[in-house]
Amino acid sequence: MRHIISLLVENEAGALSRISGLFSARGYNIESLTVATTEDQTLSRMTIITTGSDRIIEQITKQLNKLIDVVKLQDFTEGNFIEREMMFVKVKAEGDTQRGEVKRLSDIFRARIIDVTDTTFCIELTGSGDKLDAYIRAMHENNIIEVVRSGSMGILRGEKALTL
Amino acid sequence: MELSGSEIIIQFLKDEGVKHIFGYPGGAVLHIYDALQKQTDVEHILVRHEQGASHAADGYARATGKPGVCLVTSGPGATNAITGIATAYMDSIPLVVITGQVPSHVIGQDAFQEVDAVGVSRPCVKHNFLVKDLSKLAETLKKAFYVATTGRPGPVVVDIPKDITAPHIKIPYEYPAKVDIRSYNPNFKGHPRQIKRAVELMLSAKRPMVYTGGGIIMDNASQELRDFVRRLGFPITQTLMGLGAFPGTDPQFIGMLGMHGTYEANMAMHECDVLICIGARFDDRITGVTSKFCPYAQIIHVDIDPASISKTINADIPIVGGAKQVLSEMIKQIDSTDARVDQTALDNWWNTIKTWQQQDSFAYEKKDGLIQPQEAVEELYKVTGGDAYITSDVGQHQMYAAQFYHFDEPRRWINSGGLGTMGFGLPAAMGVKLAFPDKDVACVTGEGSIQMCMQELSTCLQYGLHVKIINLNNRYLGMVRQWQEFFYEKRYSHVYMDSLPDFVKLVEAYGHVGIRVDDPKDLHDAMAEAFKLKDRTVFLDIITDQEANVYPMISAGKAHNEMDISPLQQARQAALREKGELV
Ligand SMILES: Cc1ncc(C[n+]2csc(CCOP(=O)(O)OP(=O)(O)O)c2C)c(N)n1
Ligand SMILES: [Mg+2]
Repeated sequence: MRHIISLLVENEAGALSRISGLFSARGYNIESLTVATTEDQTLSRMTIITTGSDRIIEQITKQLNKLIDVVKLQDFTEGNFIEREMMFVKVKAEGDTQRGEVKRLSDIFRARIIDVTDTTFCIELTGSGDKLDAYIRAMHENNIIEVVRSGSMGILRGEKALTL
Repeated sequence: MELSGSEIIIQFLKDEGVKHIFGYPGGAVLHIYDALQKQTDVEHILVRHEQGASHAADGYARATGKPGVCLVTSGPGATNAITGIATAYMDSIPLVVITGQVPSHVIGQDAFQEVDAVGVSRPCVKHNFLVKDLSKLAETLKKAFYVATTGRPGPVVVDIPKDITAPHIKIPYEYPAKVDIRSYNPNFKGHPRQIKRAVELMLSAKRPMVYTGGGIIMDNASQELRDFVRRLGFPITQTLMGLGAFPGTDPQFIGMLGMHGTYEANMAMHECDVLICIGARFDDRITGVTSKFCPYAQIIHVDIDPASISKTINADIPIVGGAKQVLSEMIKQIDSTDARVDQTALDNWWNTIKTWQQQDSFAYEKKDGLIQPQEAVEELYKVTGGDAYITSDVGQHQMYAAQFYHFDEPRRWINSGGLGTMGFGLPAAMGVKLAFPDKDVACVTGEGSIQMCMQELSTCLQYGLHVKIINLNNRYLGMVRQWQEFFYEKRYSHVYMDSLPDFVKLVEAYGHVGIRVDDPKDLHDAMAEAFKLKDRTVFLDIITDQEANVYPMISAGKAHNEMDISPLQQARQAALREKGELV
């Protein structure tokens, strides 16, 4: 099953490699991993999307917790949370028909065109991973020049929060 | 007090109570060695290879319970130490390894003797640090000792760039008596309700079994374990790592379990209805095939490391906590509850176990003119009165030592269980001897293993570390040969130890005493002689039966009740069956 695990880690060189190293050393899947500092400069917030049986997920959270750099951790999967991913897509946009089509499709997905040339559009789109997948599918494959995805991030709904 | 980085390291070690460190100098640690040379509180042992340093520090730690400390240079110094670090990591041994690093401003430039020590060691340390700022040096060292020795212990590497140790840059130093790491809280106390449930379950058992490991020794919980097991009257088995925590000669101890454990211990594991596991981790050499493991048992698992619980075997009652604290709590509960063990059921259970014990599964046949490896260990046990510190290497000799030397005290049996590192035995013995100069320390080894860290014989001479090396010389990489005999139709591939050195001459060249024995008749005298020479390092080259095998054995994919017994035992059983004495 797919799990979304959110972590607060020490903002130190090496913390990221300890975590990614754990996944490769123990053969755990990693679908995506995002990381950036928080309002507290000593902490980074990380979201890891992984898949595995209940036993494996339990091991993943225990092993992560064991790392000295991991300050706090929560598996959001069972709870009520929001998940978003951001994507940039650069597509061919030549001639009025094609340009119109790309624009219409982007409107349907509430994507934004953030850069334009005579022959290309760059589009920004935020949403669940599924939504981003759907957008890519809807776009003619041979129109796509480049795709950049951030990987998912998550946050708990309501008043609950993963803080110190 | 204003000190340079190098002086801070030495002063800190003193303040931390470190008496001995094992190391090897080089460019990146020159400043530190200069500071070492100017004092006498911290004694430095110069090994002959950095692997020897990490193993010696490890042996020291296992025997004393104090952290072992190493100091090595950057690059090859650090990489040479890695095998010892990984060995300590797998067996949860507290080590602090200080590695020199190239100066900060050239890190990342492929400087001379640069290796990313933090990166290289990461998968086999509990934690590691790169010191980037002199003002953080003392605090980082304190953190290293704190992390290495608390919770589930383990090795910690502190990588220190050369500029941090420069003699002319001095800063105020104060010993950081206490550190706090916000993300690290190692003090787990077993949950009282879980402990209560566990005690209720064990008291309701009809066929209980206690199974313990290295965690008891690490947590100094032997006394509590003894009280606990004796109160209950239950049978106990211990892992290779746990031997000595409960006395090996006590009738309640039914032998080591696992791949080469006793028949009775493995059968009892298979048939028990409640399994009480404390400070062990259900390693694959213990469980056999997990799908057939303890099919009738409800399992209580006590461990300091939450990640060890339900990793390979599901625990019905998990308890996260230190062995000592949880055992004390359990003893209190046992004493205060009205519930009692079902004594009739327990007596029946012991009767069953006694019939298994009649198998005498370690039995072997003595032969005229040909020393059996087992009898060499039995002789060692006799001559040392069972009171020596025994280290071992890895192979058949290691299993014989575990089977035939009955350890009555913890920290006496010192071997690489988790990583199975050939080369561990001799340097580990040096570490033990340094800590306990008045005790007998012997390294049980094989002609293959001993050659992996043989160079340390030179260190033994320099520091008067008079260990006894018991070389069970079967002219084979015996354990590998055994597997090739059993599972590869005797296709012996690269296991014959051809062109062996003349060990007696070799150790004489190192300045030690070498004794060669090849007849069982001479074994006792040779062994006695070796231990009589108190102030000499003695190498006993014992020529043993080349094709002896370690029995009994659980093969891959087999369960505890599917052990292979020795041909000797099979023949004995057949004879008994014929007479109708065995059903
Ligand atoms: C460093 C290392 N390399 C390889 C092995 C694999 N191995 C395990 S036992 C063994 C044979 C050991 O031979 P010896 O020391 O002569 O002991 P014996 O089994 O003959 O008693 C080998 C090669 C190991 N455990 N460690
Ligand atoms: Mg051998």
